[in-house]
Amino acid sequence: MSTFEFLLQGLVAAMEPMNLLYALIGVTLGTAVGVLPGIGPALTVALLLPVTYRLDPTGSLIMFAGIYYGGMYGGSTTSILLNTPGESASIVTALEGNKMARAGRGGPALATSAIGSFVAGLIATLLLAFLAPYVVQIAIKFGPREYFALMVLAFVTVSSAFGDSALRGLTALFVGLAFSVVGIDQLTGQTRLAFGVPDLLDGIEVTTMAVAMFAIGETLFIAAQGMRGPETVEAVKGSVWMNAQDWARSWKPWLRGTVIGFPIGAMPAGGAEIGTFLSYAAEKRLTKHPEEFGNGAIEGVAGPEAANNASAAGTLVPLLTLGLPTTATAAIMLAGFQQYGLQPGPLLFATNPQLVWGLIASLLIANGMLLVLNLPLIGLWVKLLTIPKPWLYSGILVFATLGTIGANPSVFELGMLLTFGLLGYVMRVFGYPIAPVVVGLILGPLAEQQLRRALAISQGDVTYLFTSPIAAVLFVVAALAFIVPLILRIRGRGEVLSQMAANED
Amino acid sequence: MSLNHPTSTTKQRRPDWAALAIAVVLAVIAAVIFFDVARVKGAAGYSQVGPATVPEWIAFGLIGLAVWTAIEAFRGEFPARDRQELGPIVWVVAGLIAQMLLLNRAGFSIATGVLFALVAAGFGRRKLWLTIPIGIILCLGIWLIFAGLLQLSLPAGPLEHLFL
Repeated sequence: MSTFEFLLQGLVAAMEPMNLLYALIGVTLGTAVGVLPGIGPALTVALLLPVTYRLDPTGSLIMFAGIYYGGMYGGSTTSILLNTPGESASIVTALEGNKMARAGRGGPALATSAIGSFVAGLIATLLLAFLAPYVVQIAIKFGPREYFALMVLAFVTVSSAFGDSALRGLTALFVGLAFSVVGIDQLTGQTRLAFGVPDLLDGIEVTTMAVAMFAIGETLFIAAQGMRGPETVEAVKGSVWMNAQDWARSWKPWLRGTVIGFPIGAMPAGGAEIGTFLSYAAEKRLTKHPEEFGNGAIEGVAGPEAANNASAAGTLVPLLTLGLPTTATAAIMLAGFQQYGLQPGPLLFATNPQLVWGLIASLLIANGMLLVLNLPLIGLWVKLLTIPKPWLYSGILVFATLGTIGANPSVFELGMLLTFGLLGYVMRVFGYPIAPVVVGLILGPLAEQQLRRALAISQGDVTYLFTSPIAAVLFVVAALAFIVPLILRIRGRGEVLSQMAANED
Repeated sequence: MSLNHPTSTTKQRRPDWAALAIAVVLAVIAAVIFFDVARVKGAAGYSQVGPATVPEWIAFGLIGLAVWTAIEAFRGEFPARDRQELGPIVWVVAGLIAQMLLLNRAGFSIATGVLFALVAAGFGRRKLWLTIPIGIILCLGIWLIFAGLLQLSLPAGPLEHLFL
């Protein structure tokens, strides 16, 4: 069957009333949680994963797709109205969007971001559908050493290429890797680093770790700042709708943002942030109203928002075709797949096409639903933003522990939640990024398997890893991604990189 | 939200003790890994690659990072840190510990309701006689939705048994 037929079949599956309901619940929950200040898409997905536990894999993944897109949309609402981006990819949106909201044009800012997200999501999801089979074709030819090289590249870009310190990024990554070897070794059945604790034999749950690091670490961090200046929520005044000029100024940035964002997300390197920065720079250069930039230019919202959504869809290319998560959000989605014993990768397209294509189709549907849901409901989301901090964070902790208890009702798991929460807090205090820990934890065992397979083939000869052309190129790119930013930082050009810090998403 | 401090520019030559402590912790983790995987070294096959190989590589990496961290600590290159208030942290941690202790005895709603109230206290709402009942009622509602409708296995206590 051709891609088109598969997609059509997926759409039919996703249009079943039950699945539509799942998508609707997912989109609503995702937006409601994503809109809360300080909660990015990664945490949204991690918090809501337990909601989907009892559904069948298809229904669960469909709800998941809704949560993912809803969380992304909610994040941009927060950054426009509150100027505290819930996710690093929304920083750029906050630049112009919050200025627009202050000038009483919050409605059009939210509208252009919603419609731009829709347009970008639509195009990027279609690109994903048509690109995925080709990447699968290439991925089938990959052996263990190519996979290992690819994972090393992802490790480097997630941890040290961006952010303000290669040292702290790498440290976070290695902490994640160290946690990833806890439990029973998948190839020999030997227990490692479990110290005789039965609860550790299965390893450390990615979702527990992610929820602890993001939700509890963040709560502790905010609490420890004491009572500092209150944030102001900008009221949405005037019409929510965009006027003719807004449309005229928005549609090109949407398309440009999509074109910039998708390839960056699709590369096995990670980071939706880079796309939003590039898009912002492009719009600033091309605009006919340069004087408005910095004071609320609609292009500066439309382009980056589109780029953000396009690269979010793009990250699904390496996730679905290679099983390679390149962002914290994708890492948690991978954990969601593994919940059902599904390992994304070229094989999944062959063994379970209905599921993969159902997921891609429901992304399209979730995208449409968001548009319908969000413009009329903006008032409701704004109300969520005004929840006072004590109730907001108590609520977050209730849900964080609810998810952990729901997944594994044991006091030990709650203890891990607390321990990792404290770790996440300390890491925040010292300026360590969190995403590399999560990516290291989930990608560590996969990278180890590939490495050991490769070394078993070569009977322990390490040079074998570098002697395939594809692997060699990937290693060189990884080395460059490590060395070039290091030199830039030494020469004092590090500010740009630290702005692009891949912290949450 | 994140800490994106620019690298500290203060040129003081005193070592950063907290950062040094991080270096020590990293080295300790590496040592624990070396010690633990020594048991499974025999399982490496003829290829010399076994369950101990990758943990050892990770441990070597951690030692390298510990040294690097120590160097930055002596140079005072770690970013400046904001003053942290310990009081609220104690409240939040106490809430989580209370939930752990109560969960299997008193059930989900009471345990999580107490967590709710203690976290709110950490953020300045100290009227526990009000917030604990509010939290328990809220969590009972959550329990009914998630355990009742979505069939998550949340521990039931005396309160929950009134309903199911």
